[in-house]
Amino acid sequence: MAIGVVAVQGDFAEHAAVLEGAGFSPKLVRGYRDLFGVDGLVLPGGESTTQAKLIDSAGLRSPLEGLIREGMPVLGTCAGLIMLSRTIIGGRPDQWSFDFLDVEVLRNGFGRQVRSFEAELPVAGLLGAMHAVFIRAPVIVAAGEGVDVLAEVAYKFVDGTTRVLPVVVQRNNVLAAAFHPELVGDSRLHVLAFGAPAEKLI
Amino acid sequence: MAEFEEGTARVKRGLAEMLRGGVVMDVVNAEQAKVAEDAGAVAVMALERVPADIRRDGGVARMSDPALIEEIQAAVTVPVMAKVRIGHFGEAQLLEVLEVDYIDESEVLTPADEEYHIDKWGFKVPFVCGATNLGEALRRISEGAALIRSKGEAGTGNVVEAVRHLRSITADLRAIASASPEELFGWAKRLSAPYELVAEINRNGGHLPVPLFCAGGIATPADAALVMQLGAEANFVGSGIFKSGDPAKRARAIVEATAHFNDPERVLAVSRNLGEPMVGIEMSTLEQHLAERGW
Repeated sequence: MAIGVVAVQGDFAEHAAVLEGAGFSPKLVRGYRDLFGVDGLVLPGGESTTQAKLIDSAGLRSPLEGLIREGMPVLGTCAGLIMLSRTIIGGRPDQWSFDFLDVEVLRNGFGRQVRSFEAELPVAGLLGAMHAVFIRAPVIVAAGEGVDVLAEVAYKFVDGTTRVLPVVVQRNNVLAAAFHPELVGDSRLHVLAFGAPAEKLI
Repeated sequence: MAEFEEGTARVKRGLAEMLRGGVVMDVVNAEQAKVAEDAGAVAVMALERVPADIRRDGGVARMSDPALIEEIQAAVTVPVMAKVRIGHFGEAQLLEVLEVDYIDESEVLTPADEEYHIDKWGFKVPFVCGATNLGEALRRISEGAALIRSKGEAGTGNVVEAVRHLRSITADLRAIASASPEELFGWAKRLSAPYELVAEINRNGGHLPVPLFCAGGIATPADAALVMQLGAEANFVGSGIFKSGDPAKRARAIVEATAHFNDPERVLAVSRNLGEPMVGIEMSTLEQHLAERGW
Protein backbone atom coordinates (compact mmCIF):
# COMPACT_ATOMS: atom_id res chain seq x y z
CA MET A 1 0.00 0.00 0.00
CA ALA A 2 1.57 3.28 -1.14
CA ILE A 3 1.33 6.17 1.31
CA GLY A 4 2.27 9.65 0.13
CA VAL A 5 4.13 11.67 2.75
CA VAL A 6 3.99 15.39 2.01
CA ALA A 7 7.69 16.25 2.03
CA VAL A 8 8.07 20.00 1.62
CA GLN A 9 9.29 20.62 5.18
CA GLY A 10 9.33 18.93 8.60
CA ASP A 11 9.79 15.39 9.91
CA PHE A 12 8.60 13.56 6.78
CA ALA A 13 11.63 11.24 6.93
CA GLU A 14 10.52 9.90 10.33
CA HIS A 15 7.02 9.23 8.97
CA ALA A 16 8.49 7.42 5.96
CA ALA A 17 10.66 5.27 8.25
CA VAL A 18 7.70 4.38 10.49
CA LEU A 19 5.53 3.52 7.47
CA GLU A 20 8.26 1.36 5.98
CA GLY A 21 8.76 -0.46 9.28
CA ALA A 22 5.03 -1.24 9.40
CA GLY A 23 5.02 -2.70 5.89
CA PHE A 24 3.66 0.26 3.90
CA SER A 25 5.42 1.75 0.87
CA PRO A 26 6.07 5.41 1.69
CA LYS A 27 6.42 7.88 -1.18
CA LEU A 28 7.75 11.39 -0.61
CA VAL A 29 5.44 13.97 -2.18
CA ARG A 30 7.06 17.19 -3.43
CA GLY A 31 4.94 17.84 -6.51
CA TYR A 32 1.58 16.70 -7.86
CA ARG A 33 3.19 14.00 -10.04
CA ASP A 34 4.25 12.23 -6.85
CA LEU A 35 0.58 11.72 -5.98
CA PHE A 36 -0.14 9.19 -8.74
CA GLY A 37 -0.79 5.73 -7.36
CA VAL A 38 -0.94 6.85 -3.76
CA ASP A 39 -3.54 5.16 -1.48
CA GLY A 40 -3.17 7.33 1.60
CA LEU A 41 -1.58 10.59 2.77
CA VAL A 42 0.49 11.79 5.70
CA LEU A 43 0.77 15.46 6.63
CA PRO A 44 3.87 15.50 8.84
CA GLY A 45 5.04 17.63 11.74
CA GLY A 46 7.02 20.79 11.08
CA GLU A 47 6.31 24.51 10.89
CA SER A 48 2.75 24.95 9.63
CA THR A 49 3.28 28.49 8.30
CA THR A 50 6.22 27.32 6.20
CA GLN A 51 4.46 24.16 5.06
CA ALA A 52 1.38 26.12 3.95
CA LYS A 53 3.53 28.34 1.72
CA LEU A 54 5.53 25.46 0.26
CA ILE A 55 2.44 23.29 -0.39
CA ASP A 56 0.97 26.23 -2.27
CA SER A 57 4.08 27.02 -4.30
CA ALA A 58 4.62 23.34 -5.15
CA GLY A 59 1.15 23.27 -6.73
CA LEU A 60 0.01 20.68 -4.20
CA ARG A 61 -2.82 22.54 -2.51
CA SER A 62 -5.72 21.68 -4.81
CA PRO A 63 -4.56 18.13 -5.70
CA LEU A 64 -4.29 17.27 -1.99
CA GLU A 65 -7.60 18.96 -1.28
CA GLY A 66 -9.24 16.93 -4.06
CA LEU A 67 -7.86 13.60 -2.85
CA ILE A 68 -8.84 14.14 0.77
CA ARG A 69 -12.29 15.38 -0.23
CA GLU A 70 -12.79 12.23 -2.31
CA GLY A 71 -12.18 10.21 0.85
CA MET A 72 -8.52 9.23 0.69
CA PRO A 73 -7.35 8.28 4.20
CA VAL A 74 -5.07 10.90 5.76
CA LEU A 75 -3.05 11.11 8.95
CA GLY A 76 -1.82 14.48 10.23
CA THR A 77 0.51 15.02 13.18
CA CYS A 78 1.07 18.38 14.90
CA ALA A 79 1.51 20.79 11.96
CA GLY A 80 -0.48 18.23 9.95
CA LEU A 81 -3.35 18.57 12.43
CA ILE A 82 -3.20 22.35 11.99
CA MET A 83 -3.29 21.97 8.19
CA LEU A 84 -6.42 19.79 8.44
CA SER A 85 -8.35 21.99 10.89
CA ARG A 86 -11.35 24.18 10.23
CA THR A 87 -10.06 27.15 12.23
CA ILE A 88 -6.55 28.19 13.26
CA ILE A 89 -6.09 30.56 16.18
CA GLY A 90 -2.73 32.29 16.67
CA GLY A 91 -1.65 31.72 13.11
CA ARG A 92 -0.57 34.21 10.53
CA PRO A 93 -3.40 36.34 9.09
CA ASP A 94 -2.86 34.77 5.66
CA GLN A 95 -2.55 31.20 6.94
CA TRP A 96 -4.86 28.75 5.19
CA SER A 97 -5.86 25.19 6.06
CA PHE A 98 -7.57 22.33 4.26
CA ASP A 99 -10.61 22.64 6.54
CA PHE A 100 -11.53 18.92 6.66
CA LEU A 101 -11.66 18.46 10.39
CA ASP A 102 -14.26 20.38 12.35
CA VAL A 103 -11.86 21.49 15.09
CA GLU A 104 -10.49 24.80 16.24
CA VAL A 105 -6.78 24.71 17.05
CA LEU A 106 -4.60 27.15 18.96
CA ARG A 107 -1.04 27.10 17.60
CA ASN A 108 1.65 26.50 20.25
CA GLY A 109 -1.26 26.27 22.70
CA PHE A 110 0.81 24.70 25.48
CA GLY A 111 3.40 27.48 25.26
CA ARG A 112 6.87 27.91 23.82
CA GLN A 113 9.52 25.17 23.52
CA VAL A 114 10.22 25.06 27.30
CA ARG A 115 6.66 23.71 27.64
CA SER A 116 7.20 20.89 25.12
CA PHE A 117 6.64 17.59 26.96
CA GLU A 118 6.37 13.81 26.86
CA ALA A 119 3.58 11.73 28.39
CA GLU A 120 2.11 8.22 28.31
CA LEU A 121 -1.42 8.35 26.90
CA PRO A 122 -4.12 5.73 26.40
CA VAL A 123 -5.71 5.93 22.94
CA ALA A 124 -9.16 4.48 22.22
CA GLY A 125 -8.86 1.38 20.05
CA LEU A 126 -5.17 0.76 20.84
CA LEU A 127 -3.80 -1.78 23.30
CA GLY A 128 -1.24 -0.19 25.57
CA ALA A 129 -0.48 3.49 26.00
CA MET A 130 1.24 5.64 23.39
CA HIS A 131 4.38 7.51 24.28
CA ALA A 132 3.30 10.97 23.17
CA VAL A 133 5.92 13.64 22.35
CA PHE A 134 4.43 17.14 22.16
CA ILE A 135 6.67 19.76 20.48
CA ARG A 136 5.32 23.33 20.62
CA ALA A 137 2.09 21.49 20.00
CA PRO A 138 -1.28 22.90 18.98
CA VAL A 139 -4.19 22.72 21.43
CA ILE A 140 -7.60 21.63 20.15
CA VAL A 141 -9.80 24.18 21.87
CA ALA A 142 -13.09 23.04 20.31
CA ALA A 143 -14.22 19.96 18.39
CA GLY A 144 -17.44 19.70 16.38
CA GLU A 145 -20.16 17.15 17.05
CA GLY A 146 -19.16 14.67 14.37
CA VAL A 147 -15.54 14.51 15.54
CA ASP A 148 -14.50 11.46 17.59
CA VAL A 149 -11.98 12.10 20.34
CA LEU A 150 -9.66 9.08 20.62
CA ALA A 151 -7.30 10.47 23.26
CA GLU A 152 -7.25 13.33 25.72
CA VAL A 153 -4.74 14.89 28.03
CA ALA A 154 -5.44 16.55 31.39
CA TYR A 155 -2.94 19.37 31.17
CA LYS A 156 -2.01 21.75 33.94
CA PHE A 157 -1.21 25.14 32.41
CA VAL A 158 1.39 27.55 33.81
CA ASP A 159 -1.40 29.67 35.28
CA GLY A 160 -2.44 26.70 37.47
CA THR A 161 -5.63 25.74 35.63
CA THR A 162 -6.08 22.15 34.47
CA ARG A 163 -8.02 21.42 31.30
CA VAL A 164 -8.88 18.14 29.61
CA LEU A 165 -7.97 18.54 25.94
CA PRO A 166 -8.49 16.26 22.93
CA VAL A 167 -5.16 15.24 21.38
CA VAL A 168 -6.16 12.52 18.90
CA VAL A 169 -9.26 13.16 16.79
CA GLN A 170 -10.92 11.41 13.88
CA ARG A 171 -13.67 12.06 11.45
CA ASN A 172 -14.39 9.78 8.49
CA ASN A 173 -11.15 9.39 6.53
CA VAL A 174 -9.21 11.97 8.55
CA LEU A 175 -7.14 11.10 11.65
CA ALA A 176 -5.00 13.68 13.42
CA ALA A 177 -2.81 13.89 16.52
CA ALA A 178 -1.35 16.90 18.33
CA PHE A 179 1.80 14.88 19.14
CA HIS A 180 4.42 12.91 17.19
CA PRO A 181 4.15 9.09 17.21
CA GLU A 182 6.66 9.09 14.35
CA LEU A 183 9.41 10.41 16.65
CA VAL A 184 9.27 7.27 18.80
CA GLY A 185 8.76 4.81 15.93
CA ASP A 186 5.14 4.00 16.86
CA SER A 187 3.14 3.03 13.75
CA ARG A 188 -0.20 2.31 15.41
CA LEU A 189 -1.91 5.54 14.35
CA HIS A 190 -0.65 4.94 10.80
CA VAL A 191 -2.25 1.48 10.86
CA LEU A 192 -5.41 2.98 12.35
CA ALA A 193 -5.56 5.54 9.52
CA PHE A 194 -4.64 3.28 6.59
CA GLY A 195 -5.56 -0.23 7.75
CA ALA A 196 -3.07 -3.08 7.92
CA PRO A 197 -0.77 -3.09 4.88
CA ALA A 198 -1.28 -5.94 2.44
CA GLU A 199 2.10 -7.51 3.20
CA LYS A 200 1.05 -8.06 6.79
CA LEU A 201 -2.02 -10.03 5.75
CA ILE A 202 -0.08 -12.64 3.79
CA MET B 1 -3.22 11.06 35.24
CA ALA B 2 -0.14 10.88 33.09
CA GLU B 3 3.26 12.15 34.19
CA PHE B 4 4.48 15.10 32.14
CA GLU B 5 8.18 15.43 31.44
CA GLU B 6 9.53 18.72 30.10
CA GLY B 7 13.02 19.63 28.87
CA THR B 8 13.99 16.06 27.92
CA ALA B 9 16.58 15.24 25.27
CA ARG B 10 13.68 13.86 23.18
CA VAL B 11 11.72 17.14 23.09
CA LYS B 12 14.89 19.18 22.60
CA ARG B 13 15.98 17.17 19.57
CA GLY B 14 12.35 16.97 18.51
CA LEU B 15 12.13 20.69 17.79
CA ALA B 16 15.26 20.47 15.62
CA GLU B 17 13.65 17.57 13.77
CA MET B 18 10.57 19.74 13.09
CA LEU B 19 12.78 22.44 11.52
CA ARG B 20 14.22 20.02 8.95
CA GLY B 21 14.09 21.14 5.35
CA GLY B 22 13.63 24.71 6.50
CA VAL B 23 15.56 27.97 6.76
CA VAL B 24 16.38 29.77 10.03
CA MET B 25 17.02 33.45 9.33
CA ASP B 26 19.07 36.01 11.25
CA VAL B 27 16.98 39.10 12.04
CA VAL B 28 17.88 42.27 13.94
CA ASN B 29 14.41 43.75 14.53
CA ALA B 30 10.70 42.98 14.43
CA GLU B 31 10.35 44.28 10.89
CA GLN B 32 12.98 41.88 9.54
CA ALA B 33 11.44 39.05 11.60
CA LYS B 34 8.15 39.64 9.79
CA VAL B 35 9.86 39.67 6.39
CA ALA B 36 11.50 36.35 7.33
CA GLU B 37 8.24 34.78 8.46
CA ASP B 38 6.43 36.09 5.36
CA ALA B 39 9.07 34.38 3.24
CA GLY B 40 8.48 31.04 4.99
CA ALA B 41 11.32 30.90 7.53
CA VAL B 42 10.88 27.97 9.97
CA ALA B 43 12.43 30.05 12.75
CA VAL B 44 14.27 33.31 13.28
CA MET B 45 17.52 34.05 15.09
CA ALA B 46 17.22 37.30 17.04
CA LEU B 47 20.44 39.29 17.21
CA GLU B 48 21.60 42.91 17.37
CA ARG B 49 23.91 42.83 14.39
CA VAL B 50 24.23 40.30 11.61
CA PRO B 51 27.67 38.63 11.44
CA ALA B 52 28.81 40.82 8.52
CA ASP B 53 28.33 43.91 10.71
CA ILE B 54 29.93 42.28 13.77
CA ARG B 55 32.92 41.56 11.57
CA ARG B 56 33.01 45.16 10.28
CA ASP B 57 32.44 46.90 13.63
CA GLY B 58 34.79 44.77 15.75
CA GLY B 59 34.70 45.07 19.54
CA VAL B 60 33.06 42.59 21.91
CA ALA B 61 29.89 41.01 20.54
CA ARG B 62 27.45 39.94 23.27
CA MET B 63 23.94 38.54 23.77
CA SER B 64 21.26 40.85 22.34
CA ASP B 65 19.24 43.29 24.42
CA PRO B 66 16.38 41.26 25.99
CA ALA B 67 13.91 43.96 24.89
CA LEU B 68 14.88 43.35 21.27
CA ILE B 69 14.38 39.60 21.68
CA GLU B 70 10.96 40.17 23.29
CA GLU B 71 9.97 42.52 20.47
CA ILE B 72 10.85 39.82 17.93
CA GLN B 73 9.03 37.13 19.96
CA ALA B 74 5.94 39.31 19.87
CA ALA B 75 6.20 39.90 16.12
CA VAL B 76 6.25 36.31 14.84
CA THR B 77 4.59 32.94 15.49
CA VAL B 78 7.55 30.77 14.42
CA PRO B 79 10.23 29.70 16.95
CA VAL B 80 12.65 32.41 18.07
CA MET B 81 16.31 31.57 18.73
CA ALA B 82 18.99 33.80 20.21
CA LYS B 83 22.76 33.67 20.63
CA VAL B 84 24.98 33.58 23.71
CA ARG B 85 28.75 33.79 23.93
CA ILE B 86 30.65 30.49 24.16
CA GLY B 87 30.77 29.50 27.84
CA HIS B 88 28.49 32.33 29.01
CA PHE B 89 25.89 30.42 31.01
CA GLY B 90 24.85 33.70 32.63
CA GLU B 91 23.50 34.94 29.30
CA ALA B 92 21.91 31.53 28.68
CA GLN B 93 20.05 31.74 32.00
CA LEU B 94 18.49 35.02 30.86
CA LEU B 95 17.42 33.53 27.53
CA GLU B 96 15.82 30.62 29.38
CA VAL B 97 13.75 33.03 31.47
CA LEU B 98 12.75 34.79 28.23
CA GLU B 99 11.67 31.35 26.94
CA VAL B 100 13.50 31.57 23.65
CA ASP B 101 12.95 28.35 21.74
CA TYR B 102 16.62 27.56 21.00
CA ILE B 103 19.89 28.99 22.34
CA ASP B 104 22.83 29.23 19.94
CA GLU B 105 26.14 29.03 21.83
CA SER B 106 27.85 30.86 19.04
CA GLU B 107 31.37 31.58 17.83
CA VAL B 108 29.93 34.65 16.08
CA LEU B 109 29.88 36.37 19.49
CA THR B 110 33.07 36.98 21.48
CA PRO B 111 33.83 33.90 23.64
CA ALA B 112 33.38 34.38 27.40
CA ASP B 113 35.28 31.28 28.51
CA GLU B 114 38.45 30.04 26.87
CA GLU B 115 38.34 26.62 28.51
CA TYR B 116 34.74 25.44 28.88
CA HIS B 117 31.58 25.51 26.84
CA ILE B 118 28.24 25.69 28.69
CA ASP B 119 26.96 22.57 30.48
CA LYS B 120 23.84 22.43 28.35
CA TRP B 121 22.22 19.49 30.16
CA GLY B 122 21.31 21.90 32.96
CA PHE B 123 18.86 23.86 30.76
CA LYS B 124 15.29 23.16 29.67
CA VAL B 125 15.77 25.24 26.53
CA PRO B 126 17.63 23.28 23.84
CA PHE B 127 21.01 24.41 22.50
CA VAL B 128 22.50 24.50 19.02
CA CYS B 129 26.29 24.65 18.67
CA GLY B 130 28.63 25.09 15.73
CA ALA B 131 31.25 22.56 14.68
CA THR B 132 34.03 22.42 12.11
CA ASN B 133 34.53 18.66 12.36
CA LEU B 134 32.95 15.55 13.87
CA GLY B 135 35.06 15.57 17.05
CA GLU B 136 33.91 19.09 17.86
CA ALA B 137 30.29 18.12 17.10
CA LEU B 138 30.44 15.10 19.43
CA ARG B 139 32.02 17.12 22.25
CA ARG B 140 29.14 19.61 21.99
CA ILE B 141 26.58 16.79 21.95
CA SER B 142 28.19 15.26 25.05
CA GLU B 143 27.76 18.66 26.74
CA GLY B 144 24.05 18.54 25.85
CA ALA B 145 23.68 20.24 22.45
CA ALA B 146 20.47 19.03 20.76
CA LEU B 147 21.39 20.34 17.30
CA ILE B 148 24.70 20.81 15.47
CA ARG B 149 25.36 23.29 12.68
CA SER B 150 28.47 23.69 10.60
CA LYS B 151 30.29 26.85 11.63
CA GLY B 152 31.22 27.90 8.15
CA GLU B 153 32.67 31.39 8.19
CA ALA B 154 29.85 33.68 9.27
CA GLY B 155 29.39 37.09 7.71
CA THR B 156 31.48 36.38 4.62
CA GLY B 157 28.86 35.34 2.07
CA ASN B 158 31.41 32.69 1.12
CA VAL B 159 30.17 29.11 1.40
CA VAL B 160 33.58 27.45 1.11
CA GLU B 161 34.13 26.94 4.84
CA ALA B 162 30.65 25.48 5.41
CA VAL B 163 31.32 23.03 2.59
CA ARG B 164 34.65 22.07 4.18
CA HIS B 165 33.01 21.49 7.58
CA LEU B 166 30.06 19.50 6.21
CA ARG B 167 32.32 17.33 4.05
CA SER B 168 34.62 16.66 6.99
CA ILE B 169 31.73 15.69 9.30
CA THR B 170 29.90 13.47 6.80
CA ALA B 171 33.09 11.72 5.59
CA ASP B 172 33.94 10.73 9.17
CA LEU B 173 30.33 9.61 9.80
CA ARG B 174 30.54 7.29 6.80
CA ALA B 175 33.90 5.92 7.88
CA ILE B 176 32.65 5.23 11.41
CA ALA B 177 29.58 3.45 10.03
CA SER B 178 31.83 0.84 8.45
CA ALA B 179 34.51 0.72 11.18
CA SER B 180 35.28 -2.49 13.09
CA PRO B 181 34.66 -2.65 16.87
CA GLU B 182 38.36 -2.11 17.73
CA GLU B 183 38.61 0.77 15.26
CA LEU B 184 35.82 2.58 17.13
CA PHE B 185 38.18 3.06 20.09
CA GLY B 186 40.72 4.56 17.71
CA TRP B 187 38.06 6.92 16.33
CA ALA B 188 37.10 8.05 19.83
CA LYS B 189 40.74 8.79 20.57
CA ARG B 190 41.39 10.55 17.28
CA LEU B 191 38.25 12.70 17.55
CA SER B 192 38.74 13.41 21.28
CA ALA B 193 35.11 12.41 21.65
CA PRO B 194 33.20 10.03 23.94
CA TYR B 195 33.38 6.40 22.83
CA GLU B 196 29.62 5.93 23.47
CA LEU B 197 28.72 8.54 20.83
CA VAL B 198 31.14 7.02 18.31
CA ALA B 199 29.60 3.58 18.97
CA GLU B 200 26.10 5.06 18.55
CA ILE B 201 27.06 6.40 15.09
CA ASN B 202 28.37 2.95 14.17
CA ARG B 203 25.13 1.31 15.31
CA ASN B 204 22.78 3.76 13.60
CA GLY B 205 24.44 3.48 10.21
CA GLY B 206 26.45 6.71 10.15
CA HIS B 207 24.13 9.39 11.46
CA LEU B 208 24.95 12.15 13.91
CA PRO B 209 22.95 11.49 17.12
CA VAL B 210 21.23 14.90 16.66
CA PRO B 211 20.22 16.77 13.47
CA LEU B 212 22.95 18.46 11.41
CA PHE B 213 22.21 21.86 9.88
CA CYS B 214 24.39 24.16 7.79
CA ALA B 215 25.43 27.69 8.73
CA GLY B 216 28.01 30.21 7.63
CA GLY B 217 28.23 31.81 4.23
CA ILE B 218 25.02 30.85 2.41
CA ALA B 219 24.13 33.72 0.04
CA THR B 220 22.25 32.21 -2.92
CA PRO B 221 19.57 29.55 -3.58
CA ALA B 222 22.24 27.43 -5.25
CA ASP B 223 24.39 27.67 -2.09
CA ALA B 224 21.42 26.38 -0.08
CA ALA B 225 20.82 23.49 -2.50
CA LEU B 226 24.53 22.62 -2.50
CA VAL B 227 24.88 22.23 1.27
CA MET B 228 21.61 20.28 1.53
CA GLN B 229 22.97 17.81 -1.02
CA LEU B 230 26.15 17.57 1.04
CA GLY B 231 24.15 16.30 4.01
CA ALA B 232 22.77 19.36 5.81
CA GLU B 233 19.17 18.85 7.00
CA ALA B 234 18.26 22.56 7.13
CA ASN B 235 19.96 25.94 6.71
CA PHE B 236 20.82 28.90 8.88
CA VAL B 237 21.17 32.05 6.79
CA GLY B 238 22.63 35.14 8.42
CA SER B 239 23.95 38.13 6.56
CA GLY B 240 23.11 36.53 3.20
CA ILE B 241 19.51 37.73 3.25
CA PHE B 242 19.34 41.13 4.87
CA LYS B 243 22.67 42.28 3.39
CA SER B 244 21.37 41.62 -0.12
CA GLY B 245 19.56 43.93 -2.55
CA ASP B 246 16.06 42.43 -2.19
CA PRO B 247 15.85 40.55 1.14
CA ALA B 248 12.18 39.46 0.86
CA LYS B 249 12.64 37.94 -2.58
CA ARG B 250 15.98 36.31 -1.76
CA ALA B 251 14.59 34.90 1.51
CA ARG B 252 11.67 33.31 -0.33
CA ALA B 253 14.02 31.89 -2.97
CA ILE B 254 16.35 30.33 -0.39
CA VAL B 255 13.33 28.75 1.35
CA GLU B 256 12.23 27.17 -1.94
CA ALA B 257 15.76 26.03 -2.82
CA THR B 258 16.23 24.42 0.61
CA ALA B 259 12.94 22.52 0.31
CA HIS B 260 13.57 21.40 -3.28
CA PHE B 261 17.35 21.08 -3.11
CA ASN B 262 17.34 17.97 -5.31
CA ASP B 263 15.42 19.65 -8.11
CA PRO B 264 17.72 21.98 -10.12
CA GLU B 265 14.81 23.19 -12.27
CA ARG B 266 13.00 24.48 -9.20
CA VAL B 267 16.17 26.05 -7.83
CA LEU B 268 16.78 27.71 -11.21
CA ALA B 269 13.22 29.04 -11.32
CA VAL B 270 13.69 30.93 -8.04
CA SER B 271 17.23 32.10 -8.82
CA ARG B 272 16.32 34.59 -11.56
CA ASN B 273 16.37 38.35 -10.94
CA LEU B 274 17.09 38.26 -7.22
CA GLY B 275 19.00 41.54 -7.32
CA GLU B 276 22.39 42.05 -5.76
CA PRO B 277 23.67 39.27 -3.46
CA MET B 278 25.68 40.33 -0.42
CA VAL B 279 29.25 41.24 -1.27
CA GLY B 280 31.35 38.25 -0.30
CA ILE B 281 34.80 38.08 1.27
CA GLU B 282 37.55 35.82 -0.02
CA MET B 283 39.05 33.67 2.77
CA SER B 284 42.71 34.65 2.22
CA THR B 285 41.84 38.32 2.81
CA LEU B 286 40.07 37.61 6.10
CA GLU B 287 41.62 39.05 9.26
CA GLN B 288 39.54 37.13 11.77
CA HIS B 289 38.40 33.51 11.43
CA LEU B 290 35.34 33.11 13.67
CA ALA B 291 35.29 29.33 13.14
CA GLU B 292 38.50 29.04 15.18
CA ARG B 293 36.61 30.10 18.28
CA GLY B 294 35.56 27.13 20.43
CA TRP B 295 37.25 23.74 20.39
